[in-house]
Amino acid sequence: MAAPVHHVLSVVVENKPGVLARVSGLFARRGYNIFSLAVAPTDDERFSRITVVVDVESTPLEQITKQLFKLIHVVKITELDPTEAVERELVLATVSTEAGTRSQVIELVQLFDGTIVDVGHDALTVMLAGAPDLIDGFEDLLRPFGISELQRTGRIALAKLERQAPRLRSTTRRVG
Amino acid sequence: MSTQMNGGQALIKSLELEGVEVIFGLPGGAILPVYDPLIDSPIRHILVRHEQGAGHMAEGYAQATGRAGVAMVTSGPAATNIVTPLCDAYMDSIPMVCITGQVPYSSIGTDAFQECDTLGITRSITKHNELVTRAEDIPRIVREAFHIATTGRPGPVLIDIPKDIVDPKNPRSSLDWYWPSDAEVSAGLPGYRPTTRGHPRMIKEAARLISAATRPVLYVGGGILKARAAEALRALAELTGIPVVTTLMARGAFPDDHPQCLGMPGMHGNYTAITAMQESDLLIALGSRFDDRVTGKLDGFAPDAKIIHVDIDPAELGKVRKPDVPIVGDCRLVIEEIVRAVNDLGGAGAQADRSAWKSTISGWQEKYPLTYEPWEEGEPLKPQMVLEHLRSSTPEDTIVCSGVGQHQMWTSQYWRFRHPYTWVNSGGLGTMGFAVPAAIGAKVGRPDRMVWAVDGDGCFQMTAQELVTAASERIPVKIAILNNAYLGMVRQWQEMFYDERYSEVYLSPDLPDYKLWAEAMGCVGMRVESPEEIQPAIDKANSIDDRPVVIDFRTDAREKVFPMVPAGATNSEVLIGPRDGDGVVQ
Repeated sequence: MAAPVHHVLSVVVENKPGVLARVSGLFARRGYNIFSLAVAPTDDERFSRITVVVDVESTPLEQITKQLFKLIHVVKITELDPTEAVERELVLATVSTEAGTRSQVIELVQLFDGTIVDVGHDALTVMLAGAPDLIDGFEDLLRPFGISELQRTGRIALAKLERQAPRLRSTTRRVG
Repeated sequence: MSTQMNGGQALIKSLELEGVEVIFGLPGGAILPVYDPLIDSPIRHILVRHEQGAGHMAEGYAQATGRAGVAMVTSGPAATNIVTPLCDAYMDSIPMVCITGQVPYSSIGTDAFQECDTLGITRSITKHNELVTRAEDIPRIVREAFHIATTGRPGPVLIDIPKDIVDPKNPRSSLDWYWPSDAEVSAGLPGYRPTTRGHPRMIKEAARLISAATRPVLYVGGGILKARAAEALRALAELTGIPVVTTLMARGAFPDDHPQCLGMPGMHGNYTAITAMQESDLLIALGSRFDDRVTGKLDGFAPDAKIIHVDIDPAELGKVRKPDVPIVGDCRLVIEEIVRAVNDLGGAGAQADRSAWKSTISGWQEKYPLTYEPWEEGEPLKPQMVLEHLRSSTPEDTIVCSGVGQHQMWTSQYWRFRHPYTWVNSGGLGTMGFAVPAAIGAKVGRPDRMVWAVDGDGCFQMTAQELVTAASERIPVKIAILNNAYLGMVRQWQEMFYDERYSEVYLSPDLPDYKLWAEAMGCVGMRVESPEEIQPAIDKANSIDDRPVVIDFRTDAREKVFPMVPAGATNSEVLIGPRDGDGVVQ
């Protein structure tokens, strides 16, 4: 099977009840699964940003995007190209440390710059924030120890900033 | 100084300020507090017999007048009963505001009596819907609802109002009256900014393609009527000399007796309209959406045509067929701009030579006119001959409504529409039972016009009870039932595509007895079985102006709608008629 094509949509919506149901409904009625979803208010509390990751071919996605924009409470939609965006995700995982593996788990967390957020007699809950593929790798390495619970946030994303070097006045202005 | 009032009063006052002259509705538990202040309001209320009727009446009113139709019903079963008209209005872009009662706010989600998730049910079939949670929001939400329903691509908007915030006995219903300004309404909808002006570069490109095309067709849809663009369309058509096809939703947008009018395209369109589109080198799609009933099999649709597509809804552009020149904007404004741009290129004098195209088209018109086999002694009436009598006996600005099925296609084919807003039918959703309530709504909106509904016997049985509404409200609509005792269009498909295996389509011509039924509902009832009775019955119906009239025309069940492009076939495979020799024209 071909690897699914992830598309990341960043949707700015009015922060009102029912908006998420309207947005998700447009995917659901066509039978498209939402791969991940993150919603939270923006710096302006009247608006929320929904970051939605879906596995959809480009053609239906264009149509869904247009339909999304018809929703009265949707203010702005951007499709983020993963190479032109910064994406982050956070994971919480409870890992078994029964067989004296606690120090190995701690070492792994430290290697990834993660954090131990809870300590039990025979388990640790660890946290890591990072790019989605980093999280994937972390999860793979933790799995042999025995993951009893795991929760990922779904990715959040913003477009990358312009990287043009600022031009200094003295170099652009000609002395005449 | 602020005015104190309750939510029910605020709702009625808001509707008055929006210029609402009539509400179609039926009260019940949750909406009761709103019906109380209605007694003191100048707004007319039409008490329907079923909530579906209220919705279709609001649609008929809106289609005939261009103003938003308003329906008001209670919660639960009333809300679910109005779901079909909401979906119908959504599919056909009809401006409508629907107010539903809801159980008290604190009871929502508890399976209270007559509770249903109206917002959830109607989310995908309304342009917008809103639950009012505070009484002071009522004026703003009503203003927003009318703004959203009537601007951009029009559509239905639903307002769901919990009982406690309109009930004067509940302190939650109390508010300080405040009527928001246009600017405040607009500022409150930051995500709603319909584009009305077309892109200047695209308009220039459209004008260039139009002037250079040798086989162009103006493919006109219902959006022309929504944009009040019939005059602009005529100016463009006459400037360029390009022939016009009017889809089912656009009948009347361009006069049928105009020499450039080719009539209706699509599955049951006429041969010339279908084939002109199919053979064209440029389709100028104006407020039309490349519906499957128009395009036939998409792969083979208008293979040589470039596409200019003008629509106010960006989601329509490229949805079905990728346009060469997409233009988002209001049809009237865009057409006016295109006319200017065509004139800038030299206008009528700079059009490509289309004499060959014109003579090809008139050749098709001569060779394949709309025909039916003439009536013979002893046979039931031909539905087409009933329609020919009706169209020649009614004023040319008569509003004609129809349900869905064979009678709808025949009416669209055989009527001669000369004015916009004279044709009211259910296109996108194909709602049987639309005709009677829609005709009542149209007559309420345009009491100066004669209003005829052409209905099928199957359709009539779905919503006929609204004639009780019409009789008691003295709304003199006229109903012509083309009674062939069958679900005719289904019968036609079973005959043609299911080896004449007629499964569950027979209805009986005289059960019910339509004449007696009409009389029981306070209408004048007539039955017509032979050709010589047709004209006197129509004349009598036309002379009655104080109550509804129903004529039961006994028509031939074997009659089928032709031409026909069978489902799944391309528009190059038009079946002209029932006889062998008619065959498929390639």
